[in-house]
Amino acid sequence: MKLERRLTQPWWLSVAVPLGSLVLAFGLMALILVATGHDPIETYREILDAAFTGNGALSATLISATPILFTGLAAAAAFRMQLFNIGAEGQLYLGAVGASWIALQLGDRDATSTPLYVVAMCVAAGVAGALWGLIPGVLKAFARTNEIITSLMLNYVAGLLLTYLIFDSASYWRDTSTLQARAFPQGKPMPEASYWPTFGSDVVVPLGFVIGLGAAVVLWVLYTRMRFGFEVGVIADSPRAARYAGMRTRRKILSVMAVSGAIAGIGGASQIGDFTYTLDGSTTGLQAAAFGYTGIVVAALARYNPLAVCLVAVLIGGLQNAGYTLQGPDFPSGLVGVMQGIILFCALGGELLLRYRLRIRRRSSAHGGSGAAVEPAR
Amino acid sequence: MNDTLLVIVLADAVLYGTPLLFASLGELLAERSGVLNLGVEGMMLFGAVVGFWVTQRVEGASASVLVLAILASGLSGAAMAAIHAFLTITLRANQIVSGLALTIFAGGLGLSAYVGTELGFSPDIPAKQHFGSVDVLGLADLPVLGPIVFDQSALVYASWIAALLVGLYLGRTRFGLNVRAVGEAPASADAMGINVTLYRYVHVLIGGGFAGVAGACYSLSISPGWIAGDTLIGGAGWIAIALVIFAFWRAELCLVGAYLFGALSALPFALQARNVDVAPEFLYALPYVMTIVVLVIVSTGLSKRHLGAPAALGIPYVREER
Repeated sequence: MKLERRLTQPWWLSVAVPLGSLVLAFGLMALILVATGHDPIETYREILDAAFTGNGALSATLISATPILFTGLAAAAAFRMQLFNIGAEGQLYLGAVGASWIALQLGDRDATSTPLYVVAMCVAAGVAGALWGLIPGVLKAFARTNEIITSLMLNYVAGLLLTYLIFDSASYWRDTSTLQARAFPQGKPMPEASYWPTFGSDVVVPLGFVIGLGAAVVLWVLYTRMRFGFEVGVIADSPRAARYAGMRTRRKILSVMAVSGAIAGIGGASQIGDFTYTLDGSTTGLQAAAFGYTGIVVAALARYNPLAVCLVAVLIGGLQNAGYTLQGPDFPSGLVGVMQGIILFCALGGELLLRYRLRIRRRSSAHGGSGAAVEPAR
Repeated sequence: MNDTLLVIVLADAVLYGTPLLFASLGELLAERSGVLNLGVEGMMLFGAVVGFWVTQRVEGASASVLVLAILASGLSGAAMAAIHAFLTITLRANQIVSGLALTIFAGGLGLSAYVGTELGFSPDIPAKQHFGSVDVLGLADLPVLGPIVFDQSALVYASWIAALLVGLYLGRTRFGLNVRAVGEAPASADAMGINVTLYRYVHVLIGGGFAGVAGACYSLSISPGWIAGDTLIGGAGWIAIALVIFAFWRAELCLVGAYLFGALSALPFALQARNVDVAPEFLYALPYVMTIVVLVIVSTGLSKRHLGAPAALGIPYVREER
């Protein structure tokens, strides 16, 4: 058996390989389920039911898909330039902090001002997320500090900041209006007009999901139809060539980190506006779901294509949602992470088939095109 | 004298630094062979849960159960590393994404939590066995040095031996020389007849074994027990990866860095015990912030080569494409 680098990629392969990886992943997962005494077919049927086909399942899946759509896009935007921003988690927290701040600042208004809230919250969250993302960005651009580790460390710092704001300080976000709230720390409730609207009745689509789809399209245009994306591609493939061509790598690092952080931040705004309506500082709230890390899974499965991220986010969101719904003796916690890991492993392994052709040689003379035997003797 | 803040923090620095030391030594071996493994956090957590499982299920003399538990943790860490090795070395996958995938797969929301839940572990279950401190030569009551050096657990002394062995192995043996060659210039190493694939596999696996043992340091020594999720080791795997960078890829400097960060991890608890009036979050954030600060200091003005990073780190070796 021999691997040969492909010069061209048949179009069907980029569909067939991810699908094949997915099938393989569910096969491997079935083995683990059998080994731990579960019935894989029954488990898969339950997942499918809880995630997509059951009553109200799709609406619940979209709730899970919304944050990871944002973090997936954030990861895709950065990973495209080989800039490994693992900090979407923290950037999302900061976005939530920014969005809740502006919503509280705007105070109680009548119901017609909801669009104002939505725009203001997105802007504030985007700025907060971008600034948090720019910390590893600046360090990478000017001190060549490894962005993987700095962005990851900042996730922990952001989580502690959330806890601090709600539990250990008299911050602007903390509700101290009632005796009960002072005894059991919690965030101030947002004004009612700042609740984001939803669409549809059978399947409830949160506004955040729609905004995420819009962001995906913008990102796709930016990365495939504009100079910005072209330069990102060149810097990713060959930093040296990019420098010779006069591309400003530093500036690109900063802008990509800012874009990535802003998208993750808007994901935080959507958490506040769509779902929680308050800044939840507890470790069982915003911090429990690991949106940032799941976003990396989403982005990698989508092969960093923003449009594919939308589809994958719904798929993985379904898995997450099934995880919450089914959690119990038949569906132990951790199973979702195991599944995500296996899917990602299979997708990564499948990349090999996209880049290389697997050639099985039967006889050494069967492929006489290359090799020493047919070289003209001199 | 031995209950002053400094002595307590330094003694705890050794305690908290030990898993960092094990994990960074393992990562050092893998990286020196040219493979970056970002799955340390996941491998540690899996090692932690397996080690805890052995101590809960196996009856017998404390010492032999604990040795068995450490062996099991090491093996389970290596098993996790084998996935990464297969993907990155044989299938030439991106090492960064594969490492992240390993952390997601094995980590706090993945396999380690799954195994813990399946076995019915919860934070309320007390550990049957744990590593107690060993009073070496009866010197534990020695002023200052006693609690820091002579009153630690067997894991601490094992980690010192491990650091010494890794340092000697990389610097003084033929195999170590070969590892460095594989990490710096795999094509030349290949031409010299060194089996690049084999060397990388072996060192990624050994690295995983170290990470597994590092995880067991938490579940069997620092806070005996099992808590699923992120709280048990809280990012120590990532700090270990950072440690390798600012140890300039040297075993002896891993020792220094590990205790520095051990002290930073121990400081919040020591200060809280003395009712210092600072919000605990600021103290807990210290190790993370300091990791960033130290990384910035180390990387400013130093090129990759000056830092001592293996030249082929992160690059899959394909013989046909050299």
